[in-house]
Amino acid sequence: MKKSIRVGAGLGFYGDAWEPVLASIERGGVHYIASDHLAELTLAILQKDLQRDVSLGYARDVVPMLVALWPAMAQRKVCFICNAGGLNPSGAAAAVRAAFAAKGWAARVAVVTGDEVLQQVKDLSPTHMFHGGSLDEVRDRMVFANAYLGARPIVSALQQGADIVITGRVADAALFLGPLVHELNWNLGDEAPATPQDLNRLAQGLAVGHLLECSGQGSGGNFGSLQAWKAIPDLAHIGYPMAEVSEDGSAVIMKAPGTGGRINFDTVRQQLLYEVHNPSEYFSPDVVLDMSTIHLEDLGQDRVRMTGATGHPRTGQLKVVGGYRDGFKAEVTWGFSWPDAYDKALAAVEMVKSQLADKRVPHEALFVEFPGLNSAHGALAPLPQGQALADLNEVWVRMVLRTRDKKAADGFGRLFPWMGLSGPAYTCGFHGLHNTSELLGIWPALIDRSLVEPNTRIEMVQT
Amino acid sequence: MNLLTQKIQLAKLAHARSGDKADWVDFGLFAWNAAGYAVLAREVTAERVQAHFAPWLPGQVECWTLPNILAIKLVLHDALQGGGARNLRLDNLGKSMAAALLRMEINVNADELAACLAAPRVGWWGEKT
Repeated sequence: MKKSIRVGAGLGFYGDAWEPVLASIERGGVHYIASDHLAELTLAILQKDLQRDVSLGYARDVVPMLVALWPAMAQRKVCFICNAGGLNPSGAAAAVRAAFAAKGWAARVAVVTGDEVLQQVKDLSPTHMFHGGSLDEVRDRMVFANAYLGARPIVSALQQGADIVITGRVADAALFLGPLVHELNWNLGDEAPATPQDLNRLAQGLAVGHLLECSGQGSGGNFGSLQAWKAIPDLAHIGYPMAEVSEDGSAVIMKAPGTGGRINFDTVRQQLLYEVHNPSEYFSPDVVLDMSTIHLEDLGQDRVRMTGATGHPRTGQLKVVGGYRDGFKAEVTWGFSWPDAYDKALAAVEMVKSQLADKRVPHEALFVEFPGLNSAHGALAPLPQGQALADLNEVWVRMVLRTRDKKAADGFGRLFPWMGLSGPAYTCGFHGLHNTSELLGIWPALIDRSLVEPNTRIEMVQT
Repeated sequence: MNLLTQKIQLAKLAHARSGDKADWVDFGLFAWNAAGYAVLAREVTAERVQAHFAPWLPGQVECWTLPNILAIKLVLHDALQGGGARNLRLDNLGKSMAAALLRMEINVNADELAACLAAPRVGWWGEKT
């Protein structure tokens, strides 16, 4: 009989729900769960944690999540792979070990490190991948830079018998490709050259990982549409997507029985193109995927078969995500009721601008939007016209200051309270007196893989 | 035959999801069936999408067609004030921006619109919407 392996989606971001993961383990027959905790923005959040406390810098939900899932995993011999290590995989593993020790649980935890490349990036000065800008503008303000590792260290960790693999910045889809390569004996191309057949299998595996890496977005969640989203059943009890993948790379996307959500041609393809640029060249550390040859067959009953992905050889470079300090923001939100609510909100904005000028507050921008009217679609959102605009029941205005000067940000909220008694009438809500936060700019770049991969380490921790 | 041309919003013929990478927002735009895809492939070009977003976000637009999954892939540059971690908008990651794309108006004639709406939705199992 042809061998196949079943992988299931873990979390899709730091803060996601893990009850659906338990459903996949208990009722879905999965052998592996792979869990993506890191968006571009997440490393920026973790960097702020790490600044406060050097034992942090990882996605802290990994601890309660693994405590909740481990009894069911251990009973069924399910392995768990996650990039929750963030900027501190060893710190994450230490926290998991402490929690497991308190329960008396034994597990083999592999820690993957080597993605951290801040010094190399500062030395090499790679240009911005999108706009081509020079790193000189931001080098002194850079606070982290991590390369996207591929599936190799995960395969190695699984070969060493890991029950749980905790990594830092591994590419989301590679978290899923790792167990597929390990179980189905696929050739990653780092020992023997990858044949076209090898590359197509890797491409199928990468596409599977891409479909599963965003949890419920692959099973009917966030289904962007006019009306049609209403036909997707029971999102409150959504099942995260799983995939049964065969040795030849063909895959069936499915979910655990008795769960909500929907897996069909529409929900699967909406996820397939998510956060993809050129769909014929979806770059990853392990293979370049061409989606234009993929065939999706809706089998009904929440099952979609995927075949036909084409793979091309990986490049000599890895993507890096860097972050640099980029000033501060402070925001205030304020509401006015009928009558003349919109005009009063506009008047309040002018008063704030006048105060900023009078007090010579240094700032790069004052951003203004009207939540409930145009904050989602800006100038593309049609405003009510004429009397309808004047007669709006209430209007909220959100003003955000961007500044390099932290004191200016801290003082922004104090420009407002006087207007409570001395400004336009019928204010119906205000918040933001103390609302400073640091902004981080993201610096995507490319770096030679030969400068990164030799530094990859796997440490086994026995709990 | 009724070849009278009318303007309709993309939302009537397509569904969509948006995502972010640094300062770029990307869109997957999907026809419900082959008849709808033929209309999208003709009407949704990089130039028209750029013109649609221009009053708000005048960045460059790239476009690819995927007949295998009845889809169009679009990328809008310079869309997030430099990126999600510095964007001052409430929707700092552009999650709702696919809906802004679905507001775009396209030209269809009455016959092809009727054909698009009458053809079954490929991945739908008869759910009423």
